[in-house]
Amino acid sequence: MRTIRYREALREALVEEMRRDERVFLMGEEVGHYDGAYKVSQGLLKEFGEKRVIDTPIAEAGFAGVGIGAAMTGLRPVIEFMTWNFSFVAFDQIISNAAKTYSMSGGTVKVPIVFRGPNGAAAQVAAQHSHSVDPFYTNIPGVWVAIPSTPRDAKGLLKTAIRMDDPVIFLEGETLYNLSGEVPDEEELIPFGKARIGREGDGCTIVAWGRPYHTAMQAAEKLAKEHGLECEVVDPRTLRPLDEDAILESVRKTHRCVVVHEHWPYGGPGAEIVDLVQREAFDDLDAPVLRVGSLDVPMPYATNLEKLVLPTVERIEAAVRNVAYL
Amino acid sequence: MAKIIGLPKLSPTMDEGVLVAWAKKEGDTIEVDELLAEVETDKATVEFRSFDRGVLLKILAPEGTTLKLDQPVAIVGKEGEDIAELLERAKSGGGTPAQAPAPKGEAASQAAPAEPAEKEKAEAPAPSREGERVLASPLVRRLARERSLDLSGVEGSGPRGRVIMRDLEKLESKPAPAAAKASATREAPERVPMSSMRKTIARRLSESKREIPHYYLVVDVDAEALVEARAEVNRFLEGEGVKVSINDFVLKAAALALRQVPEVNSSLDGDTIFRHRVVDISVAVAIPDGLVTPVLRDVDRLSLSEINRGVAELAKKAKDKKLRPDDLEGGTFSVSNLGMYGIDEFSAVINPPQAAILAVSAVREEPVVRHGMVAPGKRMKLTLSCDHRVVDGAVGAQFLRVLRQLLERPVRLLA
Repeated sequence: MRTIRYREALREALVEEMRRDERVFLMGEEVGHYDGAYKVSQGLLKEFGEKRVIDTPIAEAGFAGVGIGAAMTGLRPVIEFMTWNFSFVAFDQIISNAAKTYSMSGGTVKVPIVFRGPNGAAAQVAAQHSHSVDPFYTNIPGVWVAIPSTPRDAKGLLKTAIRMDDPVIFLEGETLYNLSGEVPDEEELIPFGKARIGREGDGCTIVAWGRPYHTAMQAAEKLAKEHGLECEVVDPRTLRPLDEDAILESVRKTHRCVVVHEHWPYGGPGAEIVDLVQREAFDDLDAPVLRVGSLDVPMPYATNLEKLVLPTVERIEAAVRNVAYL
Repeated sequence: MAKIIGLPKLSPTMDEGVLVAWAKKEGDTIEVDELLAEVETDKATVEFRSFDRGVLLKILAPEGTTLKLDQPVAIVGKEGEDIAELLERAKSGGGTPAQAPAPKGEAASQAAPAEPAEKEKAEAPAPSREGERVLASPLVRRLARERSLDLSGVEGSGPRGRVIMRDLEKLESKPAPAAAKASATREAPERVPMSSMRKTIARRLSESKREIPHYYLVVDVDAEALVEARAEVNRFLEGEGVKVSINDFVLKAAALALRQVPEVNSSLDGDTIFRHRVVDISVAVAIPDGLVTPVLRDVDRLSLSEINRGVAELAKKAKDKKLRPDDLEGGTFSVSNLGMYGIDEFSAVINPPQAAILAVSAVREEPVVRHGMVAPGKRMKLTLSCDHRVVDGAVGAQFLRVLRQLLERPVRLLA
């Protein structure tokens, strides 16, 4: 095992897959000559050349569409959105073309494409650039959604995503790119639909993914230390497909569940998981299932307010104590 | 297509069963209705017969496994079929399709309303505290259901007094009152977890005593003629290896009395009284660690020796745990006899949804007054427990009068 950063893990995945399969190419804003807005694609242009590492104009709808077309003809594009906030202008390409063509062509036209980029809030990028897009994209049948929280998951899931024959929405995190973590030396393909247990415990299940996964781990640490309550933190890693069994198995052990997410509270995968748990583990619940998410407001610019809007250790702790009757 | 076979409901009150023995092994061909395995339910060891035809591809529940309803038991399909996916599904506790066909006998049971109370019992009992709903978490409700715990009176420590798991743990870890008094030097009592049969008995009888307004009528029957008649019948049957008992006479007499006073031969379901057209008597049989009430059918039409054989057969099946669901369902009246234990008098708890139960005590030898003289005599107490919602006092009394006349002049049983 080596310890590398999240962005390096992504880069390794891209490099390995591009070396392995010449149909794989990267396209997006600043991915080439600038080495990527977040330096994920550093050195790729040099190794693979301009035909496989393509700088685009600021025109997401255009290059998303070009990518989808390329995928239909048999290539395996990786489309980078500088951030997922910019995917909204390409939303029609994703929902109407990428997600639908396989079904509408009666299974004759596949769209093996990966859309990737940073998701969620960064630091003081305010209302228009702080979106957690998980609810929008998990709602669409026809795409898979991965949201790795660690370098190892980032690499293993991206490699799997590039090899899949369906469109994949790959949600990274601007504040995660610098995160260090262990990644195996040998090749690892992490399957979609398999959760990872970040921490074992029998006091309360916390389901969390992406950046708030780390906040949840901190809260779990604090609860163990201060209250002797051992939480089990389940990271689904992919939201579509969702590892329902892992979540339910954990809840059947702990009898309580808190779902932590960065997206807004109305609907979304957070609510979906609550629905799952109350439906399938009803007789195992000793308390209502609670959620901790971003507050129901456009993200404020002020840094103190931004901190209040995002899920905090304190809010997670309060929710867990509530369901554990502590 | 291969499919997962789940544990079907083999007794009306079972919610789990123990797979005692497989009758088939992997690779065997199975026909519809062929014996697959024997399953111990809360009532008896029951045959689990196949609803499907095919090859037994995989046994998922080894002998001795305790299974919940619908929990995967085996995979049945065509020879050589790929069952990897089904195995995966079974492993993750995955769903078996609901077993559509009811086990044999359940559908075939008589016109009697089989177990109307059953449906209600499947629901979580909403415990009530003087009409006020007790708030309890879903987990606590399930545990209370499984352990037959009454939640009323339990102090809930959750929000708005919700009873949560912690309260249940406190409740259950509280030492029994007797143990509390015992000093530390005394040996602690042995802890015996209830078997599923005991739990069923506990649940049903508590429910009966709680729900049914019981009242009791007692008669002291002159058993002189009855004892003589029994001796005479047995002399007659000597060569045939049958020996009828006082209980057989009581069953016969009760059956005829039920014909004459049919109000007693009833059961209650909600707001409807079912007045039965058949006389099927549930006979209480004690077995190790429990009690079952298999049903003897059409007792009014059976001879004494047929009754004797029928009861003996049911008792043997009960002791061997071989009773089938249809042996247990649809009784219209119950008889419980503790005479052989020398009990002088007792009253029995009604077996719901029935309206009455007859408790038969021992024949006592005692001085009786006959024609103004004290003389040696034989007496037997009969106690009828009635559900006042169905059977009023006068009706119960009328039944006992008819029953007494039949037993005191046993020749009337031939009429």
